[in-house]
Amino acid sequence: MTTRVYIPRDAAALALGADAVAGLLRQAADVEVVRTGSRGLLWLEPMVEVVTAEGRIAYGPVTVADISGLLAAGMLMGGAHKLRLGRPEELPYLAKQTRLTFERCGIVDPLSLDDYRAHGGLRGIARAREIGPAATIELVTQSGLRGRGGAGFPTGIKWKTAADAKGERKFIVCNADEGDSGTFADRMLMEGDPFVLIEGMAIAGFAVGAGNGYVYTRSEYPHAIATFNAALDVARRDGLLGPDFDIEQRVGAGAYVCGEETSLLDSLEGKRGQVRAKPPLPAHKGLFGMPTVINNVVSLASVPIILDRGAEFYREIGMGRSRGTMPIQLAGNIRYGGLFECGFGVTLGELVNDIGGGTRSGRPVRAVQVGGPLGAYFPPALFDTPFDYEAFAARDGLIGHGGIVVFDDTVDLAKQARFAMEFCAEESCGKCTPCRIGSVRGMEVIDRIAAGERVEANLDLLRDLCHTMKFGSLCALGGFIPYPVMSALEHFPEDFRPARREAAE
Amino acid sequence: MPLIQELDYGTPESSATEPVTLTIDGQEVTVPAGTSIMRAAVEAGIRIPKLCATDSLEAFGSCRVCLCEIEGRAGTPASCTTPVAPGMKVSTTGERVRRVRRGVMELYLTDHPLDGFTSPVAGHSEFQEMAGLIGVREVRYGQEGVNHLHAEIDASNPYFQFDPARCIVCSRCVRACEETQNTFALTIEGRGFASKVAAGAGEPFLASECVSCGACVQACPTGSLLEKTVLELGQPEHSVITTCAYCGVGCNFKAEMQGDTVVRMVPWKDGKANHGHSCVKGRFAWGYANHQDRILNPMMRDKISDPWREVSWEEAIGRVASEFKRIQATAGKNSIGVITSSRCTDEETYLVQKLARQGFGNNNTDTCARVCHSPTGYGLKTTFGTSAGTQDFDSVEQADVMMVIGANPTDGHPVFASRMKKRLRQGARLIVIDPRRIDLVRMPHIEASHHLPLRPGTNVAVLTSLAHVIVTEGLVNEAFVRERCDAEAFADWASFVAEARNSPEEVAKVSGVPAETIRGAARLYAGARNGAIYYGLGVTEHSQGSTAVMALANLAMATGNIGRPGVGVNPLRGQNNVQGSCDMGSFPHELPGYRHISEPAVRAIYEREWGVTLDAEPGLRIPNMIDAALDGSFRGIYIQGEDIVQSDPDTRHITAGLAAMECVVVHDLFLNETANYAHVFLPGSTFLEKDGTFINAERRINLVRKVMAPRAGMADWEVTQAIARALGLDWNYTHPSQIMDEIARTTPTFAGVTYDKLAQGSVQWPCNDTAPEGTPIMHMNGFVRGKGNFVVTEYVPTDEKVGPRFPLLLTTGRILSQYNVGAQTRRTPNVVWHHEDVLEIHPHDAEERGVRDSDLVRLASRSGETTLRARITERVAPGVVYTTFHHPATQANVVTSDYSDWATNCPEYKVTAVQVSPSNGPSEWQEEYRELTQRSRRIEAVPAK
Repeated sequence: MTTRVYIPRDAAALALGADAVAGLLRQAADVEVVRTGSRGLLWLEPMVEVVTAEGRIAYGPVTVADISGLLAAGMLMGGAHKLRLGRPEELPYLAKQTRLTFERCGIVDPLSLDDYRAHGGLRGIARAREIGPAATIELVTQSGLRGRGGAGFPTGIKWKTAADAKGERKFIVCNADEGDSGTFADRMLMEGDPFVLIEGMAIAGFAVGAGNGYVYTRSEYPHAIATFNAALDVARRDGLLGPDFDIEQRVGAGAYVCGEETSLLDSLEGKRGQVRAKPPLPAHKGLFGMPTVINNVVSLASVPIILDRGAEFYREIGMGRSRGTMPIQLAGNIRYGGLFECGFGVTLGELVNDIGGGTRSGRPVRAVQVGGPLGAYFPPALFDTPFDYEAFAARDGLIGHGGIVVFDDTVDLAKQARFAMEFCAEESCGKCTPCRIGSVRGMEVIDRIAAGERVEANLDLLRDLCHTMKFGSLCALGGFIPYPVMSALEHFPEDFRPARREAAE
Repeated sequence: MPLIQELDYGTPESSATEPVTLTIDGQEVTVPAGTSIMRAAVEAGIRIPKLCATDSLEAFGSCRVCLCEIEGRAGTPASCTTPVAPGMKVSTTGERVRRVRRGVMELYLTDHPLDGFTSPVAGHSEFQEMAGLIGVREVRYGQEGVNHLHAEIDASNPYFQFDPARCIVCSRCVRACEETQNTFALTIEGRGFASKVAAGAGEPFLASECVSCGACVQACPTGSLLEKTVLELGQPEHSVITTCAYCGVGCNFKAEMQGDTVVRMVPWKDGKANHGHSCVKGRFAWGYANHQDRILNPMMRDKISDPWREVSWEEAIGRVASEFKRIQATAGKNSIGVITSSRCTDEETYLVQKLARQGFGNNNTDTCARVCHSPTGYGLKTTFGTSAGTQDFDSVEQADVMMVIGANPTDGHPVFASRMKKRLRQGARLIVIDPRRIDLVRMPHIEASHHLPLRPGTNVAVLTSLAHVIVTEGLVNEAFVRERCDAEAFADWASFVAEARNSPEEVAKVSGVPAETIRGAARLYAGARNGAIYYGLGVTEHSQGSTAVMALANLAMATGNIGRPGVGVNPLRGQNNVQGSCDMGSFPHELPGYRHISEPAVRAIYEREWGVTLDAEPGLRIPNMIDAALDGSFRGIYIQGEDIVQSDPDTRHITAGLAAMECVVVHDLFLNETANYAHVFLPGSTFLEKDGTFINAERRINLVRKVMAPRAGMADWEVTQAIARALGLDWNYTHPSQIMDEIARTTPTFAGVTYDKLAQGSVQWPCNDTAPEGTPIMHMNGFVRGKGNFVVTEYVPTDEKVGPRFPLLLTTGRILSQYNVGAQTRRTPNVVWHHEDVLEIHPHDAEERGVRDSDLVRLASRSGETTLRARITERVAPGVVYTTFHHPATQANVVTSDYSDWATNCPEYKVTAVQVSPSNGPSEWQEEYRELTQRSRRIEAVPAK
């Protein structure tokens, strides 16, 4: 009898040898291998799941060398082995999650629309069509969904603005230029459950009256690009996409700043990716000057379940003004790296220590950077901060796209601050002065501090520079770079006074 | 006048009308919705610091020194990109924004020369001024970090340089190239700190697609882009508003001066034709005024084979008067005449024709418009009732479809072309009817919907065919025709155009334009909400030039595209004052204001004014004068500012006529080609050396102001007056304004024009009691002639036909950097772009003749031959060749025929049957001519005093 086996084809699993595992398994046994996305327990990849009488049984991390042993141990019947993990949904890391946006990711065949339907797909768009565009927008507004790309702007309000704007044509643009350090949620979703994004965009298009959608995907995601294009073909064949609403995927050219929505639009239009001044808001004058909804992958992918289960269901989860769930990505020097979707309100400490298991190196955690390269560095003293837009803002931080990068006690925060400026200099589009010149001067000033040159004066200058960049920059790249720099300075001042630090040691 | 610095509002005016009231720094101000906070602040008298903003460009928001704070809103928004809102409370001077501005300015100064005293823009730099406003006292970062302070200067352009060390990457130049000039030659290369202004694909400016319009230089706030004259002379100290003396666009400039030295010419923001824009000619190519070739003393000689002898003004004027008197005494009243200049002022032109009519007692006056737009005058007068274009230039902003025929605006009328391109980029559609694939057919962000590459000489067939489609497909605007046009004339015309022989399918056979293209173009034009026709000499300079003009008028009337903004029939006139020279009665049959000499009532006005009896018979046209010279009945001529030997067709015929005359008086800046045949040379004055007016293609009367004394001692109008007085006329003008007063007194369409009024701003004629502020758009409520007159436009092929000996058709035109016969532009660094005329030939025709690119070729016609270099290009269709006539060494007009327009004698420059063959060197004629020129330009050494 042929046994069905699920093996991820997610880029993280592939990097760890999933293709070889799948290939060998096909040769060695009578199996039907179904390639899925990842469930997001990255330290267990490649995680192989076997369909048994008692449901799926997971093994992992499986290497090629393990296959013969696993088969001998009766893996295809769910047999015992040191790599046997049991029923995946009972793994604490998964069991503790509230998987909504990622409910199918790692479970379904990403390119099977039947599988998608069988797991609850397309109920959202059916609901939208039933209640009409205005009620759809209202429902999204009521759900409390906020932009998951980082800015946290209420999605329903953005949609309403675009819906009310006058324009010959309107567009839905999905920002899949996921460039933040330590983030991979967009990629996982596009590789593991692309139809949920297509459905979310179709709902958005229906709600605001847009006939075309564009997904702008970063070039560093070849697997996501391929899977998503294949999914678009399937959706067109199925009629989910068509003359009323169609989607095209465009690939970026490697500029971080093109993840900023207005430079993304310029890049989509075929121009150099340069930030536009706002207003006009993209919802009024966006792609090709037409009203445009531009949302992150996760925001759009969260819409189908909101439509399906209702605004109330979604808004009951979370805390404060942060409603629903957030797929948090644990990365860096962390023991249990991966994707963890849960309601807002979980504390940073729980995420890093309880769920993430502390550092991978085993050394004490010294700092975590939340929200990508523009996010603040938090010391363990701030681990009581709940994962919530406002709570992080109150401590001069941001949750951004939900990436958490963990550092142990060998980190030098002055170097990290310099890296922030260096990153900004490297990725600046060059349009506004604070970012274009400020980032370069920032590197130079930090270098002088590191060299012990007039440290106090240069620290004052650095603070001044951060003020200029924060309030003067045109977009969040230059505007938020002060967060990592200033947080490093505030929470880890000793790293900026090397002489004194050495003396103390 | 002190140095004029126009108030910069920072962002463009809002087109909205709804008023919005807000408070800025405690001051209440009301502005139209959509206005930026920055602009509203300027309205309130508050200058917020700014660098990347200027009101000719859309807000950009990059420099970040204009930040402000708004009550109830987070952050520090840029005042240039933030629109006003009702009740908004804005603060522009809070401590936070001050601190950010200081921070930003300090960052700029880490990468900018701190050479306040030695900088070429010392004292005149917007950037320095902003640093002063913001108050940076120290650059704490030092200048030791990475920087551009030693970047290489690009001095490749003859007129300006780019110093990257002074560049603050505000993108004003890039945006000016895009938004103002619409050329897209500039870009920002690289990103982040490596961002750098680049011309083309990182080429030197000169090698790039830059057209040297100067918009970038003007937009630059730092002097990174700077005129080389400023670098050399220093900053100007005063300015004078005047009008460009090149094409018929009529751009207003600020002549920026040091004493009587021009430092630079900068387009004036309030110029109504150019709105602060310019082209390479007006902006930069004024150096001919100081060229060593300028003749500054009157000269005489007994025979044209003699060398010139410098004489006093008295002697020269005396000779002119005595010769003219002698000739008239022996050969009769009609044996002498004048040619007025389309480059001189209205007042000067008026005086020259007055000299003929009052002083010579004949109507032997003609003008160079004879050879360019005389069919426009005839055609538009016949159909509409007025010999001029119907619109103002601003009208293009409302055009939805433009039909451009026989004009090459990006070369000939570049400043207006920029406005066309801007409108086309906004979505207006374009039809180009031209044998050549002119730039407008396809250029960055612009593509014609239809290009009709017709065979030269078939304009009338194609235009009639467009009418055929409009009539037979029911696209006529019936209501307009019924209400505004002559019913009978329309009916005759409609049945004529509807005949099958005028169908696109038939016309395709003669014109070479596919029938579907003709149909598509006709439908597009007829279906336009606002359809505008723009045309040039490619329409008029044909044996059926006048017919073609009327065919255009017919199209406009049939589709109702006349009498409102966005539509019309618009001749793009070639020379600065060709409209004015025609308006001033330069033609032999018309008194000023296009009133026929045969009308007794009109003559009476001038007879009273001038105290003489006028001849009621029209005088001689230029071709008639030449013919009469050859038969001995015409013997003396006064030619002001025109070079008929180079510009008129069939050069050999012209030179023979001139050589036959007894007294040829040439009044010009240079010893031009015509002066080779002159007996008296009177030195002319440039537009910088006199007061007066020019009238542009939109009938706009623009003031020309003297910025320096006439270099030869007398302005042209003074010279004509001196001749008149020597002939015994009692002329006593002491200022050109008195001449304009006389024009206004005698010409109804100019009745309201005075210099005082013009000093308040230019006006478009008619300007009189009915229209005291002038008339931007004509025929608004009915045609000037009453009912619009449709004219049947039967296509009659030209007699100039190709055959086995002359199988190709030559057509001529001009190029951006050169102007007309090149007398001015050839004497400027503009020659770097075009140092010789070349012959454009299709690869197929070149291949057949064994001609390779850059080869010397012999261009021969039934009239003559010349030699020039070939350029192989697909711009021209097979069977068609093209050249320009800017260089006397080529003398393209040796080749052109003496066929001309049936109604006006306008020469058929645009169609000549020719043959092209490889050549070893100049033609015999060119050799002879070079020798003649050298001989006839000899000037006797001045004896030691």
